[in-house]
Order: sequence, then structure tokens, then C-alpha cells
Amino acid sequence: MLDRLYVMFMKEFLELKRDRWAIFRLVVPLILQVVIYGYAATFTISHVATTVLDLDHSSASRALLSRFYATGRFNIVDMAASQAQVTRDIDTGTATVAIIIHAGFARQLLNGQGAPLQVIVDGSNSNTALIALGYVSQITARFQAGAMASAWPQPATPPGGITVSLEQRPWFNEGLNDVWFFIPGVIGTLTLMQVVSLTAFAVVRERELGTLEQIMVSPIRPFEFILGKTVPFFLIGLGDVALVTIFGTLWFDIPFAGNPLVLLLGATLFLLAAVGLGLLLSTFSRTQQQAFALNFFFINPLFTLSGFAFPIAAMPRVLQWFTLINPLRYFLVVVRAIFLKGVGLGALWPDLAALAALAAGMLAISILRFRKSLD
Amino acid sequence: MNNGAAVIAQNLVRSFGATAAVSDVSFSIQRGEIFGFAGPDGAGKTTVMRMLAGVLRPDSGGIAVEGIDVIANPEGIKSLLSYMPQRFGLYEDLTVAENIFFYAELFSVPRKIRLARARELLEAAGLSPFQKRLAGQLSGGMKQKLGLVCALIHTPSVLLLDEPTTGVDPVSRRDFWAILYNLRESGVTIVLSTAYMDEAERCSRLALMDAGKIHYCDTPARLKQAMPGMLLAITAADPRAVRAALADAPGVLGLLLMGDRVNVRVDDAARRAPELRARLDAQNIAVTGISRIEPAIEDVFVALVGGGAPA
Ligand SMILES: Nc1ncnc2c1ncn2[C@@H]1O[C@H](COP(=O)(O)OP(=O)(O)OP(=O)(O)O)[C@@H](O)[C@H]1O
Ligand SMILES: [Mg+2]
Repeated sequence: MLDRLYVMFMKEFLELKRDRWAIFRLVVPLILQVVIYGYAATFTISHVATTVLDLDHSSASRALLSRFYATGRFNIVDMAASQAQVTRDIDTGTATVAIIIHAGFARQLLNGQGAPLQVIVDGSNSNTALIALGYVSQITARFQAGAMASAWPQPATPPGGITVSLEQRPWFNEGLNDVWFFIPGVIGTLTLMQVVSLTAFAVVRERELGTLEQIMVSPIRPFEFILGKTVPFFLIGLGDVALVTIFGTLWFDIPFAGNPLVLLLGATLFLLAAVGLGLLLSTFSRTQQQAFALNFFFINPLFTLSGFAFPIAAMPRVLQWFTLINPLRYFLVVVRAIFLKGVGLGALWPDLAALAALAAGMLAISILRFRKSLD
Repeated sequence: MNNGAAVIAQNLVRSFGATAAVSDVSFSIQRGEIFGFAGPDGAGKTTVMRMLAGVLRPDSGGIAVEGIDVIANPEGIKSLLSYMPQRFGLYEDLTVAENIFFYAELFSVPRKIRLARARELLEAAGLSPFQKRLAGQLSGGMKQKLGLVCALIHTPSVLLLDEPTTGVDPVSRRDFWAILYNLRESGVTIVLSTAYMDEAERCSRLALMDAGKIHYCDTPARLKQAMPGMLLAITAADPRAVRAALADAPGVLGLLLMGDRVNVRVDDAARRAPELRARLDAQNIAVTGISRIEPAIEDVFVALVGGGAPA
């Protein structure tokens, strides 16, 4: 039995070694994604292309605008002369945000009537728009406070003018470092994607080649075959976790506050669930194309419903239920907690237990289905 | 169960959904035989082979290989049996030697024996110079021979080959058959399916299959004797016209187009030959020759089973 397992592993690693592109498919996307998430996937935006139309030409309007320059968040690309030009700037994509200060701004501000400030954002990227609006509201609120302080030493009525009401997203928090939030998450998403697809493809390839049937007429037992096909990818998954952890902490200075052994335990349970899922997908696919399609179909919802980017608490109730059977959900909690909070088994045991249960269930179902699919 | 029989199948039935792939097939194969299944596409040859190999469960019926019940104990036959599927899958990123090594390890062949045996088989297959080549870079015939080497590395006593030489060049086919004859000498029972009729003639016994049933099963010689009527070969520039002209001629039992000639099965060759020539002359169809020939398995298949002949 050990001979047979050994030769299965040997074969798998030899095939991987001979595959000239393996290194590109395995390591490069991983590093690339970490870099991309590290630099690009952030909720903090800066240098938003902005066009400005100042119809008031007062010192107050200039003071407000200077606040926009000062933050560095807005990059003034155009000083528009007319409303039409603003529209053109937005339509052509020259600017994402337009700030229009209407005539009478300074006067009404002094009267405490509420000064008209119009902000137009290009809503086609709702994320950027929302974030930009958030900044606008902050800047104007501060400006308003400053204006009130200088004009009315003791404010009588709250001037209702320059307020941009904005519903803020739960995760939008200037104090939180987005990179710290994302990179540990990437450990979960990328490893899941890689391990599930590698396992599914490896099994389906043998089915497609016909080698599966040949192996099944040899004295190997189905469970030995399954071990032979999953352990290598499990190990690759652990390698992924280590790689992203090291890269993330060294390159992006993400703190690693917790115990590496707890991370190892969490990763082990998570990867067992992942190889189980890969094996399960393989039993539904006759060809690699089918496996590819199926993989795509499953992986996307797993990402979306994991809390990787969208908070679970903000999802509709039904979708929240789905997250309960998503191993990624629990692993993300575990990874982030280990990295950022440094908590241990005492706090994480419910998530680890859920991961263990999911891994056991996933493996059991997939092994049963795999045995049946041999016929 | 019979002592001399290496393989016994009784009343095998297997359907896939509404398709009855194999319906009520029984046969028994003696030790040391080369037993062939011949039949058109979809006849059920592969399905029978897979059931014999223990990778597909029959809906009903029984199979014994070397006295072991395959259905009750599929693990029990694995070391005795070797199965080469219709498309033998090789690991294309592994070398010839590594592919062989893989199967040797799966079957726990001791290392000492393995080396000697691999050398011998590679030699016979003409693959010795290519041991370090990646399997993916072999020609079709070489791949098939490598498949055979892999299938034989553990010295099985029953060898199942599903269309082993389909798409293999004539030279490789000769190597292939030389290996099979050698194995037979050493007492290995060989069960194969084939689409090639010349190959079918080399079998010690042949089962003619069509639509999931074995219609006849005997030695090639006796099958030929069982064919009703005699055979006339008519060569002509336009054999299709010949076939059309003779379809309803008296005494004609069957017609089979074979390239530039038509094989006409008649009740009495001596009497019908001049009659047929006269009929063709009357219709102005040029004939290059008419002669009596011995039937080939192809003719026998069409005469006995009817319908489309195997390729
Ligand atoms: N796994 C399967 N699922 C569904 N139908 C199948 C399956 N295997 C075989 N069949 C059907 O059973 C019938 C017999 O197929 P089988 O492969 O045994 O024929 P064959 O004689 O080997 O043909 P060929 O010469 O093309 O290899 C065919 O109609 C085929 O479509
Ligand atoms: Mg077949």
C-alpha cells in the first residue's frame, strides 16, 4: 500500500515538474494577486479626477476649494467655465467628480441660510463614487464647522446648507488599513481557488485520458487513489498559505500577531474541505472543460459569500444562511483573527470546529460519490 | 465451474438508460486461447470487456475469471488480470520507462523481476531505444505498444485487449501479434475485440456480436463452414452497378461491396456464375472477372449476422 501511494505521489510531482507552465500557474498568479490586492484593492482612493466650476468667485468659495486641493484625494483636472463644460468633462470621463459652487455661496453662508454646493459624481463606478462622496461630505462638514466658528462664535441655529447626506458602508473606516484586511483574506481565496481546481482537474484528467480505468483494474484501492490524488494538492495548498503569509508580512509589513500553529491547524482543516470540494466537482465532470465550467460556477459564489469583500452582516438573510456552509467564511475569520488580533484557540474554536465539520462532510460526500462514479 | 476455463460468462446483461448495450451474453474461454469479439460499432464489445475486467457491474449474470467470482470479489482477480482499454491512456509527461515503472509499482512487481521483464517486453515491442522519450512524443503505434508493455509488466494470466491495434501501422501490428503469440505459448489467455477482420481470423475462437448479442461463436474455420452458400467474387470497373444489377437475381443470397469487387453469395457457384455474367452483359456492365473464392470472416459475418459488416 505504501509502495502504491509513493508511486502515485511520484507520478503527480513528476507530471508537475515536467509541466513547464506549472510554476507560472502555481506561483506567479499567487504573488501577482497579493501585489494587486496589496496596492490596488483598497477602499482608500486618492487623486480622483475632479472638475471644478466656481460661479461665486468669492474668498469663501476659494477657501472651500483649497480644502479639496489640500487633501490630495482630489486631482483638479479642469477649472470649468460653464455648466456645459462640467457635463462634458463627466461624460467624456475626463473627470469622475465635479464640484460646483453656485453664485451666492459666500453670501448665503454668511446669512446662515445654507450655501448651495453641488457635487456630481460619475456613478458608473459606484464604489469610487461612494467613497468620493464620503470625502466630500467630510471636507464640507469640516469647512462648515470652520465657517460657523468664524462667523458665529456661538451658533444659534444649525445651518443646514453644506451637508451631503451619505449612507456609509459598514466597512468604510479610514482608520483601518485595507491592505491588512485584504492580504490575509487572499490567503483563503487564492488557496481555495488553486487547490479546488488542481484537485478537480487532476482527477478529471485521469478520467479523460482513460488512465483512471486502468488504475482501477490494478490492485490499488479507491481510497489509496484518492489519497494519491489529494495529498499532493493539499501540500501545495499549505505551500500557498506559507508563501502568501511570508510575502505579505515581509513586503507589506502586515502584522502576524497570532500563533503559526493555530494557522496551520486552520489551514489544514480548510484545505481538507478544499480537496474534498475538488474531488466532488471531479465526480460531476467527464471532461476538463466541464470541470472548468463547474469550478467557475462554484468558486465565484464561494468568494462573494465569504466576507472576503462584502460583509456577511449586510447580506439578505437567505444568503447569510448559505455562508454557513462556506468553508472560506470560517477560514477568513480564522486567518484575519490570527494575523491582526493574535487570538488563539480559545477564541477561534467555534470557527475551527465548523471548518472541521465542513471538511469531514465534504470529504465523506465526495468519497462516496467518487466510488459510485467509477461504475 | 469448468476447470479448463479461464473465463466464464453467464447471461450477462447491461443497459445504459434505455440502451441495452449487452443483452444475455454467455461464453466460456479456455486457458491459452486467443478469443476474439468481432462486431460493428456499438455491438457491445467494450461493455463486455469492461464487465470482465471488473470495472463495470453487470445488471445481471455471472462472471468467473480463473475460478474467481468477479462480481462478488473484484479485488481478487486484479493481480491475475490485465485490461487494456480501447484507448490506453498514458501519462504523456512521463517517459516510456516511467510509465512502465508506474504500472510495475501499482501491481507491486518486485524490482529485480521488473527490470528483466521490462527489458524483454520493450525489446519485443521494438521500444528499447525510446525508454527516455516522453510518452506524449511517441507515434500512435508506439503508444499502443507501450500500453501493451504496461499491461503485461505484472505477468497476468488473463489479458483483455479492447481493439488493441486500431489505428496502428502494419509493422507495429506485426510486433503486437508476435508478442501475443508468445504470450499464448506461455499459457496466457487472451481476450480481444477487433474491428479488423484479418485480425479476427488469427483468433482461436471468435464471437460474432451485434446489437448486444453474440450471434455465433466458433473457430474461424468452422464459422466459414457454417456460412450458407458459396462465394463468387466479381471484379468490375463499377462495382456499385454490379451490386445494383444483381440484387434480385435468382440464386443470390447476399452481396457485399469490397472496394473494386463485389462478393456475391450464391446457392450454387458453378451454376450461377454463367447466369450472373449473362445478366451483367445484358445490362452492358463491364466485368473484369468472376471467380469462386473462400469466404473471409467479413463475408461470414454478413451472411450469419446480417446488417452492416464490421469495418
Ligand atoms: N458509459 C456508457 N453510457 C451510456 N451508453 C453507453 C456507455 N457505454 C456504452 N454505451 C452504449 O452501449 C452500446 C454498446 O457500446 P460498446 O462501447 O460496448 O460498443 P462497442 O462494440 O465497443 O463499439 P465500438 O466498436 O464503437 O467500440 C452503444 O450503444 C453505446 O452507445
Ligand atoms: Mg468498443
